[in-house]
This record gives sequence, C-alpha cells and structure tokens, in this order.
Amino acid sequence: MNKIVSILFACLLITSCSEDKDDKITQSNTTFNFTHNWDGTAITSSDFENTEYTNANGEVITITRLRYIISDITFTAESGETITIDGHKLVDVTNDDLEHNPEMKIPTGVYSNVSFTYGLKHEDNIDGAYPDLNSASFNVPLAALGGGYHYMQFDGKYTSDTATDAPFNYHNIRAVNPGMNPTFPDQDTFITVDLGTMTINNNITIEVKSNIAEWFKNPNTWDLNTLNQVLMPNPDAQLLMNQNGQNVFNLGTVTQ
Amino acid sequence: MKRLKIHIGFILIIIVSSCSNESVETYTTTPSPLQIPKLFEDNILNPVIPNNNPQTVEGIALGKKLFFDPILSADNTQACVDCHAPENAFSDADRFSDGIDGIDGDRNSMPLFNLAWNYDEKFFWDGRVFSLEHQAFQPVTNPIEMHSTWQQVEQKLQAHSEYPNLFNLAFGTSKIDSTMVTKAIAQFERTLISSNSKFDKHLMGEATLTPEEQNGLNVFLDEARGDCFHCHGNPNNPLWTDNIFHNNGLDTTITDLGLGEVTGDPADNGKFKSPSLRNLAFTAPYMHDGRFATLDEVINHYSEGLQNSPTIDPLMKKVAQGGVQLSAQDKADLKAFLMTLSDYEFINNPAFNNQ
Repeated sequence: MNKIVSILFACLLITSCSEDKDDKITQSNTTFNFTHNWDGTAITSSDFENTEYTNANGEVITITRLRYIISDITFTAESGETITIDGHKLVDVTNDDLEHNPEMKIPTGVYSNVSFTYGLKHEDNIDGAYPDLNSASFNVPLAALGGGYHYMQFDGKYTSDTATDAPFNYHNIRAVNPGMNPTFPDQDTFITVDLGTMTINNNITIEVKSNIAEWFKNPNTWDLNTLNQVLMPNPDAQLLMNQNGQNVFNLGTVTQ
Repeated sequence: MKRLKIHIGFILIIIVSSCSNESVETYTTTPSPLQIPKLFEDNILNPVIPNNNPQTVEGIALGKKLFFDPILSADNTQACVDCHAPENAFSDADRFSDGIDGIDGDRNSMPLFNLAWNYDEKFFWDGRVFSLEHQAFQPVTNPIEMHSTWQQVEQKLQAHSEYPNLFNLAFGTSKIDSTMVTKAIAQFERTLISSNSKFDKHLMGEATLTPEEQNGLNVFLDEARGDCFHCHGNPNNPLWTDNIFHNNGLDTTITDLGLGEVTGDPADNGKFKSPSLRNLAFTAPYMHDGRFATLDEVINHYSEGLQNSPTIDPLMKKVAQGGVQLSAQDKADLKAFLMTLSDYEFINNPAFNNQ
C-alpha cells in the first residue's frame, strides 16, 4: 500500500511538470524569414562576389554587400482592427542575419492582410534614434541629407560595354533635395509591402521573398552606366528606386 | 506508516537536491563594470563582456601589470606595451614592430581602445581571432614577437614573488594558467576607453568646431567628396569604424592576403579591418602595413591614389580616376576634422600608464 502511495505521488510530480501538447494556443509567436533570389534563382551570401547576374539593361553584376530595413509589421484583422509590431529589423544578407523574431505575440485568427514597411516611415526615421542601426553605421548624414537611416545598402560591381568591374552603390534613402538646408520631395520612398491574407492558428514562420533583379527592371530599366554611385543625394534616383522596389518583395512559404 | 514517510522523504530529498546549485568558488572579487561614456550609452549597443570574464578590480589590476611586464616574453625583454604604447594610443610609432629576436613583423601594430565595442569580436587586421581573450594568446608565442611558450610563461609567473597571490585575488587560485593570463589582460584592455576628443566634446555641447573642421566633417559625410562615413561611421557612432573588412584600393597586385588568408576565400584577398579614426594624431604610420607616414598621404590615397584590383570594395569611389579628387581646401579641412577625433585625455590617463 505504501509503495503504491509513493508511486502515485511520484507520478503526480512527473505529470504535473509535463507540457499539455494539445492545448490550443491563442497567441502566436511569429518568425519572419527573409530569402533572396534573382528572378527565382536563390541568392545567399556565398554567392556574393562570386555569382554573376545579368540585369534588365544587360549589365553583368556581382553583389558585394546587401542589407536593408523592414519595420512596422502589421496584421489587419477582418474587422479592420490592426496590430502593429513596432520596431525594425536590419536584414543583413552579407552576414546571414535573415530572421526576425518579434517579441510581441499575435492572437490567432484570420487576417485580411499582413504587411510591413520596407525602410522606415518618416515618423520612425529619426536621426540617431536606434543604437542597433547606429552601431551598424547605417545612418544618413544629417546636415546635407536630412539624417535618419539608409533603407537599403546594396553594393556591388558591374560590367557593361563601357565598364569592367566598375563599382555601384545602390543606396536607398528617403528622397532628399540635398544641401545645407535639405528639403524632402512629397513622394515617399519607403514601401508598404502587402503579403496578403493569412490565417494564424499556431506559431508561424513566414517567408518573405525578395527578388533582387526587380530593383533593376520594373518599371524603370536601370542603367548602371549612368546611375552607379553617389545616388544618396540624387532624389530622382531615389524615386526611381522606389518605383522599382514595389514588386521586389512577396510572400513565400508559410509554415505553422 | 513509517515506510510511507521514508518513501516521501526520499522523494523530497531527490527533488530538493536536484534543484540545488552546484557548489561555487568562495573567493571574492570586487566588480568593476566598464564606465560607459554617455555618448556610447546614448548611441550604440552595449559593449561585449564575456559572461566567464567579468570586469573586476583585481582582474584589471592584474591585467595591467601583465600588460606592462616583459615577463611574458621568452627573454624578459618585451612587454605588450612595447608595441602598444599609451602615447601612441597603444599602437607603435614604428611601421613594423620588432620582436625579441630583432625580427620585424609585416603589419603595423593596431591601436587599442574601445575594444569592448567590437561587436563581431574579430581581432587583428585580418580578423583571424575571435574574442579579445583569444587575441591575447597570440603575441606571446609568435616567433617574431615574444617568442615564448605558454608553459614557460606559466612557470615564470608561478615562480614570481607577487603573481601567484595576484592571480588568487583575481581568479581564486594561485595556480596560474594561460587562460587566466589572457582573461586578465583582456579585462585591462577593455578599460581602454577613448571618448573625450574635441569632437566628443562638440557633440556634448562643450566645444565648438572651427569653420575648417566643420567643412572637413561635411567632406567626410559627403558621398560625392570624402564619403568616409560608409566605412568609418558618423557622429551617431562614436566608434568611428565599422570594424568590417575592406579592400581599400592600396595595391593592384595583392601580396598580403589579409582576411583572405584567414577565410581561404579569394574574394576576401586584400581585405583588412577598418581602423577607428579616433586618435589619428597619435597612431601614425597608417594602414595595415604602415605604408603612409602622414595623414596627408592617407587623404591623397583616397583622393587620387586608388589602385584597382579584383576585390576592391565598391565603396571606393571613382576608382578609374584614382579617387574622389578632393580640392586642396577640402583635403586640409578633412584633415582638420579628423584631428578633432584625437583624445589627449586618453593617452595621458594615468590609469592606462605604468604608474
């Protein structure tokens, strides 16, 4: 009898510590996984400075460095109510820092849209405000270009009919008319990316695919022979980048 | 009933004992957390302090003593400080440092400051070592530097009249090993914080830049002129380096592979870590191989001396023209600005000198 009591007591202790696997969760952890491709061919950091790609204008490029900001991930419920994960992620392809795990949990349910901002909205693009981005030297100079941060730093080399392994710095920022008193054009150069409808019923991993070729082709065929370096103080180039960026990102695999 | 109590008691003992902590060392050290400058606290991420090597008064004092003590070299003639002199911001005024056998190295000694903010923890010009503790292992045994063995160093320290007690105070054991030596040195090195240059004071509202220095900053931050900021940071990053590896166009033919030697990837050939621009007034000569004796030579290099090579960083501007072609005025002003990043309080800090 005594043995039975002891065994029951031990079983109670053990079972009280176990996880109830069939509990239905109401709050989900979200993971955003950023992958990159060139018109469908996967790009990873191992391709950098090795693999050649041909852009829409016929220039052959190699990639040296690619990093960009995404921010304000927003879940829009069918009721129209929105849940926004404040903050940002510096996606650094060069260093394989490609995953974003927001601390904030999202209620399970049906969402009519999941979206994020490529870059930073103006109210978030505050000069020097973010230690992680300052530490990464991702800043935009304050006095001449209005401060804040790069949206993207995309460096590489191109070969064309007139240049061989010439450098390019496809750096995307808030468009600015440079000068000692810089002004900003009305057009935004951050991009709101809609990933579409999503039903969340468990912890979820969302792949965001980025087609790098798009930066060079749609709707503007990018000519690296003329637009290669010193693009930050070029508001026209920034607006072209914004137009070409509209179709760079799209939803990949969703697992939960 | 008695047997029931024994059973329950036995289970409880197992539960309690399984939850108890391992026995811990009983020695006591005095915590000495890094004094993080306000500009650093406000602007950048926290420094990297390994969990297994916290800063302590005893550890820092021991590390400082070791840093200045030639006992680490095989013939007791060379200390860390011989190639990392405080008056040179812990660098070497000689292009190449010579070791105990009189043999020169082939890289300029790197300055030592703000090392705890090297977030990737890759040290040396070529990034061949991860962590400050591991960095300190290398010079002791390098045959063209201190040319010793760790066994020899441990024996000498163990036989010393003071060190066993100092290690006991710092690490709770008087049995000395190389790991503790490097931990202590790393603790001292992390205290080498430079944050009181004229430009720091300018940012704090305590100093004013001259018009020349201000224009120099504008050149520095202008993508069409200096474009220094993509690799060396900006006023929001008090480190003045990205601690990343670049080929900055020194040579057409790469002979010193730098990072490429470490990674084995030809795409990394000729890449070296961007040094901080702090304390340039004290750290000549410049570049990984100390080829430039003056800051003017450095500026001229980026302005019209760039050499193309397969791995040159695309951040180098106008390579085909040799560089960004700065005007004489912009060059002079850029130099004036760069000099505002030098921290005289740092090189004269008695805590960092052998006193």
